[in-house]
Amino acid sequence: MSQHDSVTTRLSARIAAQFQTPAVRWGGIALILVFLAVLPAVFGQYATVIMTNALLYVVLALGLNVVVGFAGLLDLGYAAFFAVGAYTIGILTLEFGVNFWLALPCAVVGAAIAGVIIGGPTLRLRSDYLAIVTLGFGEIVRFSARNLAITGKASGLSGIGQPWLFGWHIATPTDFYYVFCGLAIGAVIVSLRLEDSRLGRAWLYVRHDEDVAEAMGINRVAVKLAAYVIGAIFAAIGGAFFAANLGAISPESFSFTQSVLILMAVILGGMGKIPGVILGAFIVILGPELLRNLGELRLMVFAVMLLLIMLFRPSGIWPKRGTRS
Amino acid sequence: MSLLDIISHQLVNGLVLGSFYALVALGYTMIFGVIKLLNFAHGDLYMVGGFLGFLSLSAVSSVVGADWPGIFVAMFLSMIAVGFIGVVIERVAYHPMLAAPRLSILITALAVSLVLQNTVLALTGGQYTAFQTDLGFGGLNLGSLFISYNQMVLVATAGVLMIALHLFVNRTQFGRAMRAVSIDMDMSQLLGINVSAVIAVTFFIGSALAAAAGTMAGAYYGSIWYFMGFLIGLKAFTAAVIGGIGSIPGAMLGGLILGLLEAFGTQIPFIGSEWKDVFSFAVLILVLVLKPTGLLGKSEQERM
Amino acid sequence: MTAALLSLSGVSLAFAGNTVLQNVDFQVAEGAVVSLIGPNGAGKTSLFNCITGFYKPQTGTITFDGQALLKLKPHRVTAAGIARTFQNVRLFREMTVMQNVMSGMHCRTRSGAIAAILGLPSQRAEEAAIREACDDCLRFVGVTPDEYDRIATTLAYGHQRRVEIARALATQPKLLLLDEPAAGLNAGEKQELIALIRRIRDERGISVLLIEHDMGLVMQVSERISVLDHGAMIADGTAREIQANPKVIEAYLGQEDAEAELDF
Repeated sequence: MSQHDSVTTRLSARIAAQFQTPAVRWGGIALILVFLAVLPAVFGQYATVIMTNALLYVVLALGLNVVVGFAGLLDLGYAAFFAVGAYTIGILTLEFGVNFWLALPCAVVGAAIAGVIIGGPTLRLRSDYLAIVTLGFGEIVRFSARNLAITGKASGLSGIGQPWLFGWHIATPTDFYYVFCGLAIGAVIVSLRLEDSRLGRAWLYVRHDEDVAEAMGINRVAVKLAAYVIGAIFAAIGGAFFAANLGAISPESFSFTQSVLILMAVILGGMGKIPGVILGAFIVILGPELLRNLGELRLMVFAVMLLLIMLFRPSGIWPKRGTRS
Repeated sequence: MSLLDIISHQLVNGLVLGSFYALVALGYTMIFGVIKLLNFAHGDLYMVGGFLGFLSLSAVSSVVGADWPGIFVAMFLSMIAVGFIGVVIERVAYHPMLAAPRLSILITALAVSLVLQNTVLALTGGQYTAFQTDLGFGGLNLGSLFISYNQMVLVATAGVLMIALHLFVNRTQFGRAMRAVSIDMDMSQLLGINVSAVIAVTFFIGSALAAAAGTMAGAYYGSIWYFMGFLIGLKAFTAAVIGGIGSIPGAMLGGLILGLLEAFGTQIPFIGSEWKDVFSFAVLILVLVLKPTGLLGKSEQERM
Repeated sequence: MTAALLSLSGVSLAFAGNTVLQNVDFQVAEGAVVSLIGPNGAGKTSLFNCITGFYKPQTGTITFDGQALLKLKPHRVTAAGIARTFQNVRLFREMTVMQNVMSGMHCRTRSGAIAAILGLPSQRAEEAAIREACDDCLRFVGVTPDEYDRIATTLAYGHQRRVEIARALATQPKLLLLDEPAAGLNAGEKQELIALIRRIRDERGISVLLIEHDMGLVMQVSERISVLDHGAMIADGTAREIQANPKVIEAYLGQEDAEAELDF
């Protein structure tokens, strides 16, 4: 384990160092884009499906990173917002015949409202209370999905249609792969822009010292709520396309384990570090594929890894960033 | 059934449920009291307690049988073992993190919880394990209300454990040290209290109580599985918060209130038992939002 | 005397039954430099915390610039025009000098998430304006651009204090509260601090209220001095009046380290 750790550490350090110079950086980005573009043709359908899932996790992990990494709030019920997105699409398209593209903004608004309802009163609480409230909220959403007729109870919803986009029927796994490529790239750009903004700095201040941030005129509750809602929106968009991709959703896709896996992606890679979080998402999804023969031990390996990371390298696998101007 | 029957029947159910919640809630509240940590792994110690109780019972049942005496022996062994596991967890995982940011220690606690859960998952294959006992089905008929002997023993045992804890904390030198540390750790250190020892004993007792609840729950409900600590962990935390986190009588009171709330909650028209858990979490969120200091907790103006 | 910018009347604060402030009346005039002195534990910093909204006094009123402060949360107090520094410099760790000072501009700027995500021209212009204003504050306190990208907490202590003052100035206050700004500074740095406090008032028109133990500095820089002892205001006047006030002398002589503190 420790050897494996140090290899990834060195590797990621080298990758990170490469990214320091602009030429290599743009070259690297171009290379990644080309790789993403040709992947389905080169590696075949199985790899494409796995990659699609990994890209979904990039979106979710980057969304949770806004909450945990940027704003420093521990959210243990993040899958709830993922569920809100997926079920909104499922219910609106199946039971009300709403077009996917009209249902999508509803999903976003729904998640944002859910974020305000749950975050508004609880974000002023101690951070550990918040963690447990989010955990409780996640379970409430899952139990509700399992008990309500409109969400299809325990068996969930199936037969969710695949959307059309300007005459393109997004139907095959490869189509969805490219859609998730687009979403992941969008999530990266949004994260980068938020990080380097007035709001992004405010999260940093609040995370480091709430009292001083408050004394500098920052409304910490409002700033945290913004992070919470933005994170919810990321998850809802991921959930909407997740529902469209699979065509079927059930409450168990949005369990506590799901929330924990997304959180693991954020922490393994390095809270608040965008490339680290992307790496973390890939580890969480691709890792089990590599560890397939471990069977039930898979999750345990992750749990032990998480513990070791927290004890020995709490800033995650991705190396520390140098000072930025 | 008459309304009175329903009420008394749910009162008994609530009392049993509440005893479990209270025992687990005590550990939360004690650990929170001394190191201000929300020990996410606490519910999993209850689960591990259930499994170790089961293993102990298998080992001793040929000698003492698998009725209450055997279960008590198993429970005692499980309490000791889980108590030590709790101490080890504190030493290995939490102690190095006490000075770290709160977010880090919370995530560490979560990681410990996942390690415990998934270790048992890997060992049991995620299946329910039957917790076989020779417990009888006898009981007392009070009018139309039936209370089983098992329920009585269970509530009484929980009561005895809680009274013992209460006496330990309030009547012994060590209990006084514990209260001192929960008020001001640095000052206690300066006054010569062995803070490390106090923390270790707190973890031991808290974990042992969870193990007692886990063993009894396993014996009472007849099965155990790796995920059984998750929900009760969450609910015991709710109980601790209702009573006022950090307050030992509060945890007992909160456990009983939550047990009763749940038992009666299932009787509310249109809610029913499938909404029982949603109901408890809603209570948790409401209490945290409306009165985060709980019923018996101390409120203090935050100082910079 | 000009109108009071900040006015406290009958302010009392207690923690769990322990009285910290009792019935404090206190004023800072517009454009004044006022010092608040008193033995350790007299409640000076608590008074700051009441003014800035961190503590809620049980009784009394605090008015600033015609606005009641007591109902306001700390960030609203800052937005209303009161900035502060902390007794033990509290810069944001692991952040650069520039990032630290930029925090002060938060309450004077508006761009939100959507503007940032879309990279709107107005947002970019605002970012540039923030940097410019922070650059101006940093130069004003004497921090040079070559230090802007250093991690703030790695600077020499005296410079950390300046960065903290620059950060407070970036909130564009009408009143600046300095909590023991001279602590840990050497004689030369104290002279520079005196000059800086005067420039803050004269060039920026900001009133200054400071808590300070260095009596030499207090006597040189302040027009009025108020003395707090055991949570009560026991004297108020010019430097000369305070020096001659028997109650003040008694308050300080009651202290064990009176000589060290009463360094007139």
